[in-house]
Amino acid sequence: MFLKQILAGDRGGQTLLALLAVITVLVPILNLAVPEGSPLHLSTYTLTLTGKYLTYALLAVAVDLVWGYLGILSLGHAAFFALGGYAMGMYLMRQIGDRGVYGNPDLPDFMVFLDWQELPWFWYGFDQFWFAALMVMLVPGLVAFAFGWFAFRSRVTGVYLSIITQALTYALMLAFFRNEMGFGGNNGLTDFKEILGFNLQADTTRVALFVASAVALGLGYVACRAIVTSRLGRVSLAIRDAEARTRFIGYRVEHVKLAIFTFSAVLAGIAGALYVPQVGIINPGEFSPLNSIELVIWVAVGGRATLYGAVVGAILVNYAKTTFTGIMPEAWLFALGGLFVVVTLFLPRGVTGLLRRKEASA
Amino acid sequence: MNLFQDTLSMPREVMRRDRVFDFMIPADNPRLDISHNTILYLEDVSVSFDGFKAINDLNLYIDAGELRCIIGPNGAGKTTMMDIITGKTRPDTGTVYFGQRIDLLTLSEPEIANQGIGRKFQKPTVFENQSVLCNLELSMAGDKRVWPTFTARLSGEQRDRIGEVLESIGLTTERDLRAGALSHGQKQWLEIGMLLMQNPKLLLVDEPVAGMTHQEMDRTAELLRSLAGERSVVVVEHDMDFVRSIANRVTVLHQGSVLAEGSMEQVQNDPRVVEVYLGGDAC
Ligand SMILES: Nc1ncnc2c1ncn2[C@@H]1O[C@H](COP(=O)(O)OP(=O)(O)OP(=O)(O)O)[C@@H](O)[C@H]1O
Ligand SMILES: [Mg+2]
Repeated sequence: MFLKQILAGDRGGQTLLALLAVITVLVPILNLAVPEGSPLHLSTYTLTLTGKYLTYALLAVAVDLVWGYLGILSLGHAAFFALGGYAMGMYLMRQIGDRGVYGNPDLPDFMVFLDWQELPWFWYGFDQFWFAALMVMLVPGLVAFAFGWFAFRSRVTGVYLSIITQALTYALMLAFFRNEMGFGGNNGLTDFKEILGFNLQADTTRVALFVASAVALGLGYVACRAIVTSRLGRVSLAIRDAEARTRFIGYRVEHVKLAIFTFSAVLAGIAGALYVPQVGIINPGEFSPLNSIELVIWVAVGGRATLYGAVVGAILVNYAKTTFTGIMPEAWLFALGGLFVVVTLFLPRGVTGLLRRKEASA
Repeated sequence: MNLFQDTLSMPREVMRRDRVFDFMIPADNPRLDISHNTILYLEDVSVSFDGFKAINDLNLYIDAGELRCIIGPNGAGKTTMMDIITGKTRPDTGTVYFGQRIDLLTLSEPEIANQGIGRKFQKPTVFENQSVLCNLELSMAGDKRVWPTFTARLSGEQRDRIGEVLESIGLTTERDLRAGALSHGQKQWLEIGMLLMQNPKLLLVDEPVAGMTHQEMDRTAELLRSLAGERSVVVVEHDMDFVRSIANRVTVLHQGSVLAEGSMEQVQNDPRVVEVYLGGDAC
């Protein structure tokens, strides 16, 4: 009933959720039940790669929520993704226990290497999954809230806001690069063994992570859709299109921005937390300002302010990236830049905009 | 120096408007007190932009239920005055009160709007990408905090109210149209409709008939007249015929302060006003 209501008229969203439902059933079967020799068998490599794309898709949806519907061009959303990833990575590090290279049951390898004697206080609790799961949402949420509190209250908008979001992720990158921060320096966190006691290399664990990513994307999509179809969603469109006017009919623009921005950061954090166990590493490179710009391009390619367009864009661009970097890695950045220019000039509504136009004229 | 200022401001402190008996306050906005029959006070208000005094020692009082027209040559400070009342611009000096108790200078734009002051802008600004209906729904009076807005659903009563407003602004058949697709005059009306949905006690209407045909103007005049009484309406307009057709009291603003005030005839025959309007052919 609720789903029907918020998905009314959203053909793209309906298709997306149906597809997600199909793959959550089909993919485990194709990977686990179909024997390896069969042409129908889905390799664990492809499975994990697709799972990674799904987490990117969730991140792109989070970006579209603030950019497409609220007009905040965040060029720092990869930071929230990385923070969520680090929170998960810390849990996975603690799960290693005494199976590290140094065999120290109390300290992760990199701390032993740095000659640290005891666990820093901010690592406390990360041996518990529930605590880590909480931090996955809380840390990006709090950072976004604090950032938004100052930025929105002082009415920083447009390009200036984009620039300070870049500064935010850049500053975090520099901080996480430092060994003294206690997050593994430029090597980051890696060599994970288990999650909730399950071997991370096992196919079943991989399948479970894939399914979790698909479910998270589905739920995230529905949550964002619930926001954009509510009156709050219409207020955010109003803010995007005529911010000052929205104030004069009595809405506190700052509060709306803060709430949606924070929510979006939490989604990004969850995406990051699902990404890390699948790729097996998190390092400060994830905070790179370039990453944040890239994911804005995913949304632009897919089609802004549609939500499902973000999913399409994220998967399309990343598929292209995987293929491209396999053939000629140096050219990828040029291809990406070219893609952005082409989309901005010729497809202002993204690739899904093409479909919508066909639909409208049919 | 400080002591001196304190002593000077003492009488004002004693006569503060926000000290009144609670039983005199009307029902809908509990803080709005118009027991002295004045809904808006601007006193000694000045504001300058880079040294240029856009508003200069302005004193203006609007009665409860009154329809007041404000005229004045370009750059007289009419829009700036509305900016001050609605919190967009903060004056350098002076006091602005809504009723006897609400000090508008301490409130933000949304707070002022929620106290019951609605505004139509000189350049019509509606939410172009949304339907006429959505524009009205967004403006509707109610709890505008984040969570209540998220969970809000239109009740039957509210739908009826929107229907009424659509009727009175003549946009019933356009309700599902994108606001951006409306004509200039229709946008003006939609903005007036948005004002009505806010159900304000004081309406500030900046150049409502710019770009309208004569027929449209007549309807607008009728609409604004019908609003006064229960609410106070302040209209800024250049079109003298229009002003003549609606106002009983007219204030002439010139170089940021009041030049003349009175009935249309009185004002028109005031030599200072005639001079400002270069021979008076604009009147
Ligand atoms: N934000 C601002 N910064 C600098 N100058 C301003 C600002 N706002 C208004 N002014 C100046 O203040 C003066 C009064 O402007 P205002 O818009 O209030 O005039 P007006 O009476 O509304 O004129 P019009 O009839 O043309 O709308 C003008 O000279 C204008 O240039
Ligand atoms: Mg003006």
